[in-house]
This record gives sequence, C-alpha cells and structure tokens, in this order.
Amino acid sequence: MDVLLLSRLQFAAATFFHFLFVPLTLGLSLLIAIMETIYVRTGDQDYLRGAKFWGKIFLINFAVGVVTGITLEFQFGTNWSRYSRYVGDIFGSLLAIEATLAFFLESTFLAVWAFGWKRLSPKAHAACIWMVALASNLSALWILIANAWMQHPVGYAIRNGRAELENFWAVVSQGFAWQIFFHTISGAYILSGFVVMGISAYHLLRRNETAFFTKSFRLGLTLALIFSFAEVIQGHIHGAEVAKIQPAKLAAMEALWDTQANAPQTLFLIPDEKNERNLMEFGKIPGALSMLAFHDPQAEVKGLKAFPPEDRPPVTLTFVAFRVMVGLGFLFMLLTFIGFLRRNKLEDSPLFLKVMLWSMPLPYIALQAGWIVTEVGRQPWIVYGVMKTKDAVSPVAASQVGISLMAFVVVYAILGVVAFYLVRRIAIQGPEPLPVPVSKGEV
Amino acid sequence: MLEIIWFVLWGVLWAAYFMLDGYDLGLGTVMPALAKTEDDRKLVYRSMSPFWDGNEVWLITAGGVTFAAFPATYAVLFSGLYTPLMLILFALILRGVTFAFRGKIDDPKWRAIWDLCLVLGSFLPALLFGVAFANIFKGLPIDGEGIFQGTLFTLLNPYGLTGGLLFATIFAMHGCLWLTTKSAGELQARAGALAKKIWPVVLLLAVIFLLASQRVTNLYDNYLARPVLFLIPLTAVFALLATRVFMALGSWWKAWMASALTIVSTTMFGVVGLFPNLIPSSLDPAFSMTVANSASSPLTLKIMLVVALTFVPLVIAYQVWAHFLFKDSLTDDEVAYEEGH
Repeated sequence: MDVLLLSRLQFAAATFFHFLFVPLTLGLSLLIAIMETIYVRTGDQDYLRGAKFWGKIFLINFAVGVVTGITLEFQFGTNWSRYSRYVGDIFGSLLAIEATLAFFLESTFLAVWAFGWKRLSPKAHAACIWMVALASNLSALWILIANAWMQHPVGYAIRNGRAELENFWAVVSQGFAWQIFFHTISGAYILSGFVVMGISAYHLLRRNETAFFTKSFRLGLTLALIFSFAEVIQGHIHGAEVAKIQPAKLAAMEALWDTQANAPQTLFLIPDEKNERNLMEFGKIPGALSMLAFHDPQAEVKGLKAFPPEDRPPVTLTFVAFRVMVGLGFLFMLLTFIGFLRRNKLEDSPLFLKVMLWSMPLPYIALQAGWIVTEVGRQPWIVYGVMKTKDAVSPVAASQVGISLMAFVVVYAILGVVAFYLVRRIAIQGPEPLPVPVSKGEV
Repeated sequence: MLEIIWFVLWGVLWAAYFMLDGYDLGLGTVMPALAKTEDDRKLVYRSMSPFWDGNEVWLITAGGVTFAAFPATYAVLFSGLYTPLMLILFALILRGVTFAFRGKIDDPKWRAIWDLCLVLGSFLPALLFGVAFANIFKGLPIDGEGIFQGTLFTLLNPYGLTGGLLFATIFAMHGCLWLTTKSAGELQARAGALAKKIWPVVLLLAVIFLLASQRVTNLYDNYLARPVLFLIPLTAVFALLATRVFMALGSWWKAWMASALTIVSTTMFGVVGLFPNLIPSSLDPAFSMTVANSASSPLTLKIMLVVALTFVPLVIAYQVWAHFLFKDSLTDDEVAYEEGH
C-alpha cells in the first residue's frame, strides 16, 4: 500500500476513534451542569448524585477524548505536511485559537470541578461545570470552523505559493461553518440524550433507583427530543447549502449520475460506480431532489457525470452513509416523540425502555456516518477546489506510516475495550447510595 | 518584527510546557522509587491528577502555535521527526488514560498495569523531547525540499542522547520537588532525598551539555555577538545552584520554583541560540527553516498576537488560581474521600 492510502486510513481510524468519545462529552457536560444547578437551587439530592454519577462517565470519555485529540493535531504535521505548509496560515491559526480559548478553560475547570467538591461553595462548584460545558462546545465551534474551511474555503488568497489569510471574519462567520457546527452539536446532544436515556432505561427496567433514573431519563429525553427535531430541520437547510457549495458531494449522496432538471428522489437503489449507473432503482419521486436541494421542483441538479471521473468522490460509501444518517435521524425523532408521550409512565413502558436501552449505539452510528458523508464526500479534495488529498501527504516512508497505523489500531482497540468496560461497569453500578457526603457551604 | 515576537513566544510556549508537564512527567518516572505503599501511590497520583491535563494543553498550544505561526517549520519538523513524535504521542496516551482508569477497579494487578503505563508514558516523552530539542539545536539533515534525510537513529547521537538524559533527569528532580510540596512525613523525606541525589547528575549533564553545545552547535554565535544574552545560560546555572540551596534549607516550594526557572532558562538558552533559525539544516545552511522563510502572513501573525495577548494572561490567571486552590499538602482523608467520587 502506498503512503497516501496508509495515511488516509490512519487519519480515518484516529478521527473515527476520537469521535466515539467526544460527542458524549459535549452533551453530557451540559446535562451535568443542568443537574448540578437544579441541585443548588432546590437541594434535591438526586440531582447532586446525578452530577456525580454522570460525571464519572463523563471523566472517562473526556480523558480518552483528550489523549486521542492530541494525536489528531500532530498528525496534520506528521502525515499531511504538504497540506500544513500550504494552508497552515489559516488552518493552523484556527487550531491554535481552539487550544488557547477552549482547551485551557476546559481542562482547568474540569479538574477544579472533579477535585474541588470540598474546596468550593456549591454555587462556585456548579459554575465550574458550566465553564466546562461552555469550553467543550467552544472547542467544537473552532475545530468545525476549521473543517468548514476545508469544505468551503473563503477569505484567502493564493500568494507566495500557499493559501494566505485575507479576511479572518469571512472564515469565522461563513454560514457553512455555523451550519456544520449546529449540525454536529445537535448530533452530539442527541447522542448524549440517548446514552443517558439508555443507561437510565437499564435501571428503570430493573426497578433500581427509579426516582433517580426517572429524573435522569427525562433530562436526557428533553435534550434528545429538542435536538432530534432541530437536527432534521437544520439538516435539510444544511443539505441545501451542500447542494450549492459542493455539487459533486450532493450527487454522490444521492447517487445521481446525469445532470437533470426536475431531478427525482429515489427511495431505493444500488449504485454501480464502474458503469456510472444505478442498479435496481425503484420508488422514484419526480422533482423531489430538485425540491429538497433548491426548493424548486424544476431546478437543475448536477449529476456525477458532470465531473471528470478523477474529481468524483467515492459514490457507494457516500451514498450509503448518507442514507444511514438520514434514516437514523428520522428514527430519533420518532423514538423521542414516543418518549415524550410516555414521559409520565416510563416505569410502565418496559418495551419502550428496552428499545431505548438497545438504541444507545444508533446515534454513534449516525454521527460516524455523517462524518463519512462530510469527509469522503469531499474527496478527492482535501480543501475543496483548492488542494487535492494526494498532493497533501507527507514525504515520509510508507513503512513508517504502516507501522504507526498498526500501532494506532492496536493501542486504540485496547483503549476502546477498556474504556467501554469501565463505563459499562460504572453505568451498571449506578449512583452512590444516599446520603451523599456534604460539601463545603452546607457544613 | 511580528515574526521575531512570534519566535520568542514560540520558545516561551515550549519552555512553559516543559516547566509544567516537566514535573508530572518527572514524578511519573520516579513514582515507583518514592511510593512504597498503596496510600503513597494514591497520594502521588492525587498530587498530579488535577494538573496533568492543564499542563498538557501547553503542549497542544505549543504545537498549534508552531502550526499557526511557522507552518513550514511545523510541516518539516513533525514529518521529519515522525517516529519519535509517534512514540511521544502513544506514551502520552498511556500516561493520560492512566489517571482516568487506574482508580476505577480495586485490584492490585489492575493498578500495577497502569503504574507501569505511567512510568513508561512519563519517561519516554521526557527523554524524547530532550533528544528532539537537542537535535534541533544541533541541526537536522533536511534537504532543499524540507525532507528529512535520516532515520530515528540519526537522532540518537551522543549530543541528542545527552539532551534526552538532561531532560529526563531534570524533570525527575522537578517532579520529586513537586511531591515534596504536596506531601508530609516519610514520603516527603524520600522525595526530598531523591531530589538531592538526582541534583549532581543534573549538574554534570548540564555542564556536559553546555560544553558540548559549543562544539556541536552554533548556538553560541548569537551569544558572542551580543554578550548580554549570556544572562540566560547564567540564569540557568544560578537557578540550578539555587535549587540545591533551597533543598538544603528544606524550602521546598522555593526549590521547585528554582528548578522551574532552570528548565525555562535552559530551554530559552537553546531557543535564543537558534535565532533566526527554527530548524538549522545540517546539510546546508541554505536549507534551514528560518523565521523569514517559514512564518505565516503578517495578518495571521497579527490576529494570533491579539488572541495570545488577550487570552494567555487569562489562562495564566485561572491556572494559577487552580494551583492555589489545591496548594495545601494532601491528607490521607482527602485522598480517600475523593477516591469515592
């Protein structure tokens, strides 16, 4: 295998793994902050226990997220040095800003939160977890602004043999960046809600700590419900943006080969990339794709054949990932809506609880599929229309990358198993029994 | 001018990282020599757990700033040092998750595995950062395309290894001193005694390193051109001597501060000597990565400067606050209380 393919596999493995841990920290920090605030306001011990119980799960996810995040930042240099050199003026500064604005805040206040139960007043302690929630979402914003620039480069000029920053405001304020941010963050909140609901369902099914887990379940449900609906609506707007900005990606998402007005949405098809066609298409809704993408049933939608073969993204993978993401997105709406109807009789809904328990992996699949659409769909470009992935790779030996890739797979597999095992163990153990040791201010 | 400011900030960020993560990497390395019982080990971990992550963010920032301010240097350096950097990253992964995983299962074998990860994950980065920076001071075999013409073994030359050992030992001493400020009784006495034992080794390595730098590197050119700069290596030497004096007096916080100053001034000694290079090429000076040929555009440097001047003082303020919040010596009671949470 050549160094390009190995480097791509390595980056894919590293981001995939990193993003198994990060989304939960985005939403769970928010939920913990809400729980602790309710505790401070009402004195309800269940919410204090909730903050501590979900905090343990948060901390494990956070630690794995941190250590696997550093490898991502450094991989731009180790494996994508030509990319780094060409766009570092813009992309590098966004990463540096992320670290300065968000990572320091997040790591410092999380440590104060985790170890400061006895050293801070309850209010100050709750403020710390709010800082963590703010900082983790802020870091998501900056890294997604950076990713959005790879999808839709703006505010730059090619000078001195590289892309140089021309307009910083254009980079940070572009609509596409905020679309990606809201889309990703909503996904992360849905995932966090589902994890909280899933673990709570496990205990509710066993009639264990029902008061405690009903409260947790409802908080998770509220978050997931709001953002499942927001996600579908915003996802539609986001898709329309992709249609304008990255027409080749849209064509791959829909496996649309021929440019056509009144383009149909096909419910079922199997792409045949080799012969530039689809096998077994059925369920065509005429004009639906034009309508969805451009809000006009007569609008022309570009097909894959409008692009030279070397400029097309891998079709099957992009297409399947998109279908999986969208299908699951609708399922989340349905499940959270059922949850809304059953919110007052959770304990009498064993079937629903079972479904929610086993639904926990689904948002993970949806989020990974979403990233496949975003990143694979951008190929063959690393920066859309500006730089190709094949021109971005480091001049290092394939053997070096081969060895590091193997090391990544082995180390990450072990980490993943251990982290899963520990989170599962903590989740099954449940919260500390009452009474909770008092913290400062109550003594 | 902007490039020069960023060159200095670049050096300061790495120095800050070594000063801060230096103590937990060092303490992680010598942990088995200091902690005899499980209570000791818990206290050693607890002396680092609220801080290691905040310290590691200085590495992320130093890397990010290299990327943002000197992208060409970032590209050449990180791809050139591919294997050692990967080793550092994997080691830091093990070190980091150890803090999250170790206390979660109450089983001596489980803890022993993570203790081993802590030692390896702390010692390797300390050693390899030293090897890497010594080799940068010396110059890397980079060609006209910025491609590294060497292997891992190119870096393992006597000067590079001296740099690695210097880093590893000075961090170990720094870590022992950190523990003395957090502990009491026998554990504190052991940490102080070990720091005293390591000190002469640090002194010896530092002298060898400073002398060898004169033979192997061009670092002294800048100093000979502007002798006032000799204040930097002199600070390093005096800070190292002061470290020993404070140890003898039992002023552990002051000893830690002095060793912190030693680390910062030793790093800055090399960085200032490098100027205007970020990576000298050992093949041909014309291939060197310099402030001039690898800096970002003036606009990026300006924006980054505004961000840095606004937020870094803030970061320092709340990190200092966090250190003060946890500054008292730890008691067994408190460690036991937190175990459950």
